[in-house]
This record gives sequence, C-alpha cells and structure tokens, in this order.
Amino acid sequence: MSILEVEHICKSFNRTEVLKDISFSLEKGQALSVIGSSGSGKTTLLRCLNFLETPDQGVIRVNEEVLFDADDPSTRQEAAIRKKRLHFGLVFQSFNLFPQYTALQNVMLARELLASEQPDYKARKKEILEEIHVQAETLLRQMGLENRRDNYPHQLSGGQCQRVAIARALALQPDILCFDEPTSALDPELTGEVLRVIKELADENTTMVIVTHEMAFARDVADHVIFMDDGNIVEQGDPMQVFEQPKEERTRQFLQRYTQG
Amino acid sequence: MGQIMEQMPIVVDALNIGFLQTLKLFFVTLIGAFPLGLVIAFGSMSRFGPLKYFSKCVVWIIRGTPLMIQLLIIYYFPGLVLHKPIWGGGEAGRFLAASFSFVLNYACYFSEIYRGGIQGVPVGQEEAGLVLGMTKSQIFFKITLLQMIKRIVPPMSNEIITLVKDTSLARIIALQEIIWAGQAFMKGSHGISGAIWPLFFTAVYYLVFNGILTLLLGRLERKLDYFR
Repeated sequence: MSILEVEHICKSFNRTEVLKDISFSLEKGQALSVIGSSGSGKTTLLRCLNFLETPDQGVIRVNEEVLFDADDPSTRQEAAIRKKRLHFGLVFQSFNLFPQYTALQNVMLARELLASEQPDYKARKKEILEEIHVQAETLLRQMGLENRRDNYPHQLSGGQCQRVAIARALALQPDILCFDEPTSALDPELTGEVLRVIKELADENTTMVIVTHEMAFARDVADHVIFMDDGNIVEQGDPMQVFEQPKEERTRQFLQRYTQG
Repeated sequence: MGQIMEQMPIVVDALNIGFLQTLKLFFVTLIGAFPLGLVIAFGSMSRFGPLKYFSKCVVWIIRGTPLMIQLLIIYYFPGLVLHKPIWGGGEAGRFLAASFSFVLNYACYFSEIYRGGIQGVPVGQEEAGLVLGMTKSQIFFKITLLQMIKRIVPPMSNEIITLVKDTSLARIIALQEIIWAGQAFMKGSHGISGAIWPLFFTAVYYLVFNGILTLLLGRLERKLDYFR
C-alpha cells in the first residue's frame, strides 16, 4: 500500500506553469530521489507536499486519507492544513534554524507548543516536557551532535546546522520526511556528514522524498528515482535503471552533464 | 555668579517639577506607542486593502506634518471648533491632549520601524514554523518577535532619544514641562525674574537623562548579541 499518492498536481505562478500534471506514489519505508536541473519544479513539488504552496489542481493522499483535493474547498482551510502538515517534515536547503534557540531548543520547540495544546497538558506538564527533552537529546545523539546541544546556530558549522534541522524535523515523527537540496548550501567538505545521516535514516526505513543534485547519493540512497524537467516527470523508476539505462533522451543528456562534471 | 548660586536651589526645585512632567509624558508615550505602533504596522502589512490603505494614510499624515501642529490641532480643535472641549481644563487636560498626540505620532514612526524589523526576518523562519505545525501567532511570538526586536533596537534607540527632546514641544499648549518651567524665570517666578540661565540649564537634564538611556539601550543591544 502506498503511503503517499500524488495525482495530477499542477501549479502555476503568474501563468508560468511550474508543475504540469505530476503524479507519483511512494511506499512506506522507501526513499524517493527527485533529480533534475534547477527550475524543473522539484522544490515547488516539495513545497506543495508541505502546504507551503497550494496546488492549482490535483490530489494528495497520505495513508489513503485525502489531505488535499483542489476540487474540494474544505481541504484548503487554514486550520485543517496546519494538522495535515504534520504528516510531512521538511528539511530546507538553507536550514532555517531559529537563531535565538540552542540546538536542543530548536528540536524541542515545535513539540512543546503542540503538547501545550493537549487537554491533559497542565496535569502532566512535567512528565510531558521531560519526555520531549529526552527525545530531543536522543535525536541529537543520533545526529552525532550530543556535544552541541547547547550551541546556538551561529556557533555551528553548516553541516551541523543541517543535522540539527534534520533532528528538528524528525522530532515531530512525520510520516514522510522531505529534503530540499539538503547539501546545496554546504561547503563540499561538509556534505558528507549530512549525506551520511540521511543514508542512516534510509537504512532505518524512514520514508523520504529527497530533492538533490548529488547524483551518486541519489542513486545510492533511493529506492525510486524521479527525473523532472520543465515541470514534468520525464522518467521514473528503479535507480539502477534510471541512472544506467535511461529510456528518455532528456534524462540521458541531463546525466551526461553531471558525469562530465 | 554669586547670584546664580543663590538662585540655584529655587530653580532646581522648579525644574525638577517640570522635568517630572517631561518624564511622565515620555513614559506614557512609550507605553502607548509601543503596542499601538505594532497594531499600525500589522495594519499597513495587512492583505485586507481598506485596512492597509487606511493605516498607510494615517502614517503619511502623521509623519508628513509637524508634531507641533498636531499638538495644537488635537488640543484646540475639539473645544474651539466643535465646541466640545473633550480634554478638560487645566494641566490634567493639557497632559491628556499631549499624551494622545505623542502616542499617535510616535506610534506611526514606530510602526515603520516594526515593519522593517518584521520584514527583515527571513521568510524561511516563518516557513520553518509552519512546516513544524505552528500557528501564525506561535510563529510571531516564539520565532519572529525576538529576531525583530534585535533588528529594531538600534533604530528604536534613536527614536526614543528623539522623543526625550520632542516632549519639549508640548510647551506649545502650555504643558508645564521643564522648558516651560525654565522659561518661567524670564517672566518672573518664585521671586526671580529676567533670568535666562535656568532655561539654558534645562539642557543638562536632557543630556543626563539621554546619557542614562543610551547606556541602558546599549546594554539591551549587547544582551541580544547571543544570537545572530
């Protein structure tokens, strides 16, 4: 059964079509890599999944629940969207950590705020906060950042920031974790530590959608690859097949440019 | 010089009373203009057209005309033109009218500083909050607000120091602030007349108070240095 089903998503900005009839599905525990040149619509696709953009057409389903249907206005309500976002986590290219909070606080904040809305929060406050704290520390340890928990983002390297951002996204236990070019803002020598963490998550069968320009990584980590060009999915399939024997000429050209460096 | 030394205690007493009124107007203006400025800032950033243009129009009028004229209009217009003296008489009425004028005027300046501060926070901060399931108000209070405060402290410090000196404009509606108190010794007050030095001496009050403010605001700025 597919955990994520995307059907016929279209999105335009000022009459420029950025996504043209995008459909795909993703199985639970699988990693999907989305590749393609800049401006092909990859980032917009991720932003649609996270409700940062509203598609003009199409349907998004998670666990067979319709989260978004362009033809059903009730799925567009702001209050409802907020809860639906929690099915997805998003790791940004530029991290977007909250600068006034330490690494640990960055990871804890959203869960604390959500917990404070629970009816039993007042009665169990101490217990709940302790639980959130323990989880955040566990996540930072998993990211190899146990020594960095009390540092502020400006005291961390780009790679460390991005790992905090990954921990922050994981803290809400999303069904699907999305990465928007997670290493593009990093110095080359720092990409490895971030890619390693994502690889570990893939090995633990975290369901992920990864938009990336790291072709070797995309091939290595993904169970499924989508190649996008000009707002269309040109080709998709098994990574070995897409990377080694692309069926489409455009895929071949794109990959050639990358292998030539 | 000997005469000045003799007059000093009397003058200082009178100037202290005047300065108290200056301080009252200063603090009331801050307390009123800080929140009202935020309301106007949100108004001028609203996606609701009429509210946006109303807010922008108010800011344009207030920033486009002298505070002195605003004071005169706000104080005299209701009584002289509408025959409804809403401010009441005496020093209390003048203080009320002056406070209203100053709060409105400073709120408009503050609103522009707030707007710059809010719009200066990268949009990614809000998006990160949204993706983490936060509400708009949680995002504002838990994420944007402190980053905005950090950005606005330097321009705000400037406005606050200007405000200290601007309170002297309330003299135009005879509010008995420190300039008024100093000037009184020229015409005659407390048995002293024809003395201009008390008026000059008021500058010391402004200078010392602004010195203290500068130190405090500098400390606040350093306190927010822990993040970038």
